[in-house]
Amino acid sequence: MSATPTANTAANTSLFAKLWYNKENRSIIVQILAALALLWFFGSMVLNAVHNLEALGKGFSFNFLEQPASYDINQHLIEYSSRSSHFTAMMVGIINTLLIAVAGIILATVLGFILGVLRLSKNWLIDKLAYCYIEFVRNVPVLLHILLIHGIVVHSLPKPKQAINFADTTFLTNRGVFMPSPEYLPLFKFVVAAFIVGVIFAWFFRKFAKGLQEKKGTQLPVFWVSLFSIIGLPAITFLALGQPVEWDIPELKGFNYKGGMVIRPEFLALWLALSFYTAAFIAEIVRAGILAVNHGQTEASMALGLPRNKTLNLVVIPQALRVIVPPLSSQYLNLTKNSSLAIAIGYMDVTATIGGISLNQTGREMECMMIVMAIYLTFSLIISASMNYYNKRIALVER
Amino acid sequence: MSNSTTEQKYEPGKHPSMPPPFKTRGIMLWLRENLFSSPTNIVLSLLAIYFLYKVLPGVLDWTLFDAAFVGEDRNACKAKAGGACWAFIGERLRLFTYGFYPEAERWRVNLAFLMLVLSCIVLLWENCPLRKPLMGFVALFPFAAAFLLVGGNGVKLLVALACIAVVLMLVYKGFSSLFVMIIAITAAVLAKIIFFGGFQLPFSDLQIQGLVDLDQYDQLNLKKVSTDLFGGFMLTLIIGVTGIAFSLPIGILLALGRQSNLPIVKYACVVFIEFIRGVPLITLLFVASTMLSYFLPPGTTFNLLIRVLIMVTLFASAYMAEVVRGGLQAVHRGQSEAADALGLKYWPSMRLIVLPQALKISIPAIVNTFIGLYKDSTLVIVIGLLDPLGIGRASLADTKWNGLTNEVYLFVAIFFFISCYAMARYSLYLENKLHTGHKR
Repeated sequence: MSATPTANTAANTSLFAKLWYNKENRSIIVQILAALALLWFFGSMVLNAVHNLEALGKGFSFNFLEQPASYDINQHLIEYSSRSSHFTAMMVGIINTLLIAVAGIILATVLGFILGVLRLSKNWLIDKLAYCYIEFVRNVPVLLHILLIHGIVVHSLPKPKQAINFADTTFLTNRGVFMPSPEYLPLFKFVVAAFIVGVIFAWFFRKFAKGLQEKKGTQLPVFWVSLFSIIGLPAITFLALGQPVEWDIPELKGFNYKGGMVIRPEFLALWLALSFYTAAFIAEIVRAGILAVNHGQTEASMALGLPRNKTLNLVVIPQALRVIVPPLSSQYLNLTKNSSLAIAIGYMDVTATIGGISLNQTGREMECMMIVMAIYLTFSLIISASMNYYNKRIALVER
Repeated sequence: MSNSTTEQKYEPGKHPSMPPPFKTRGIMLWLRENLFSSPTNIVLSLLAIYFLYKVLPGVLDWTLFDAAFVGEDRNACKAKAGGACWAFIGERLRLFTYGFYPEAERWRVNLAFLMLVLSCIVLLWENCPLRKPLMGFVALFPFAAAFLLVGGNGVKLLVALACIAVVLMLVYKGFSSLFVMIIAITAAVLAKIIFFGGFQLPFSDLQIQGLVDLDQYDQLNLKKVSTDLFGGFMLTLIIGVTGIAFSLPIGILLALGRQSNLPIVKYACVVFIEFIRGVPLITLLFVASTMLSYFLPPGTTFNLLIRVLIMVTLFASAYMAEVVRGGLQAVHRGQSEAADALGLKYWPSMRLIVLPQALKISIPAIVNTFIGLYKDSTLVIVIGLLDPLGIGRASLADTKWNGLTNEVYLFVAIFFFISCYAMARYSLYLENKLHTGHKR
């Protein structure tokens, strides 16, 4: 080839060569091809769908959402009966999903941080116990956890008549946990007011303390003052007003307890299983985050004379959080998505209501699945956005 | 040890070494350092010991000492002992392993499993003798295993294997990958048309007829087994292995697409990845089981298992893409710039320079994704496939054994624990091997 350079150049200037061996032209060609392929793929999918739906005489509309759902949902935080519409059923499902996600995230975070710290303990026994827990829980599918805990709650807890009794107010049975529910008397609004005042005060105090520290270096006991104003102030008001709450205590009537609040076995099983499972992952993330802080940082802070708790609070944890938060947010996302497994044990979340029973009753697979996916995508976006915001706040500020 | 009455005089420097004091050696030292080093530690240790004392005997009694390992039915179990009733699992073990695969054909499953074990050994053990030639076997394994499990025409399989082998050889020799890909696709399509009968182009009415009917050669035929009969651990392994084998290459392509300079390719990949990562797997499985047929030309149906395999693979590849992207971002820009400077084109520079480094960094995360995929295979029970969990739940409906949920779930949990823990340990071993920097 090197013998005939002229022929080579001639070949290079052919039309194909001009288009293909020029970087910009080639990228345009490739993109046009990709766009055409995508268009063809989605276009034929949409056309097929239209064609198939027409053949079935189904059409595509969301009108079915206004029809009565005619099925019962045992856990509903908003008004719902079997005469309510599919839309209301969907809202109940969304609220149930949110409830399990929020409750799960809180419990999983608390457990995960505790386990992660225990895993770093110098105590061999504690370290190994945490290790066994984490490894066993992590390596077993979450669906299995849900079914196992549900099985234990339903099959191994006693019937209402032989309920496990805590101080005659809380009862543990295979139909759920029955607890007294509060009924607020008119005076209770002062307690709420005290709480709001406490939160506002704590916020201002925190700001003031930060300013003072930046100006003069004096440190105020922010944590204790905030704790007192947020929890102590409402508690004192509550006691001073003579405890303006009446408790509705569940009572055994017939075969089951009546009154009070109930945590249903499905919720309990799903909540515990998701939290235990996610906690094992969070524990590893926390451990990795704390280990990622260079030991020199601790030594330097000790050399500066900071006591152990301040070393932890001011030096180690802020740096560890930077490593912890991004994977932590993806664990939160996973927990929220895993909550869709509720369908396996009959907890009525959004997948089980609109994506389950409503779908089967109306036969509108396409619309229902689109709604369900859109809802989960929204949840995912909200969680990522808020975690990204938090991450930005704690991220390292570089030059 | 040293007694003042029998004190002996030694020349300076001649005193024999004495053993360290009792408290500072052996088990006592270990106990002092690891369990009782400070007041908090003492309290924690005592709490842990109390916890174990309370929990461990009960657990051991239930699972082992008070458990019944043989028995006719549930009542026989309960009459014998108060603990777990493992007799149930024993009776159903074959069901748990093979699902409803026909009794007479189970040797095929066993053979496929043996091939899987051999492939794993070749892939994971670097000093395996004859590793290079055996890699070819590994590459052909998925096709051979699919043939063994599903059955069908052996001649077709041989032709297909030969085609794939030729393609692999071409790729291995390092031809320009784009042309090899074009040749490979053309060859595959031609082989399909010539030997396997015609096929319908997807999304259109165009029908292409085959030229040779190979069904007449039936010496190599294996009896066809419907995939509805697949179940148990076999199904878990099928889903897991298929997902693992296909999600990595697709994930790599997606990750490269996401990093691409071409906006259309880039945003198509971004949308795909974020969409898949934003929805739960079971909604995708629902789509596969209930509404996928809407998107296909009227009259087309294809196997539920294949639909599920495709969905699981796509799901895992979106996660894989993010993992690989992390690895790609960790490779210094200078590397690809150097490759450019050397005159390497895009694909060679990726294949020879960037990807080897990126994949090496992301091995632990890749294995984690594999473990996640493997665990997610249990979700297929929500659309009615019978993985071990599904078999277990179906068995519980038997009046002879009903109510033994804990035994079933624990048994399946132990199976998953063993396989996932093994994978996790292997990834840890790789991580340690690749981590050649300074350690503290």
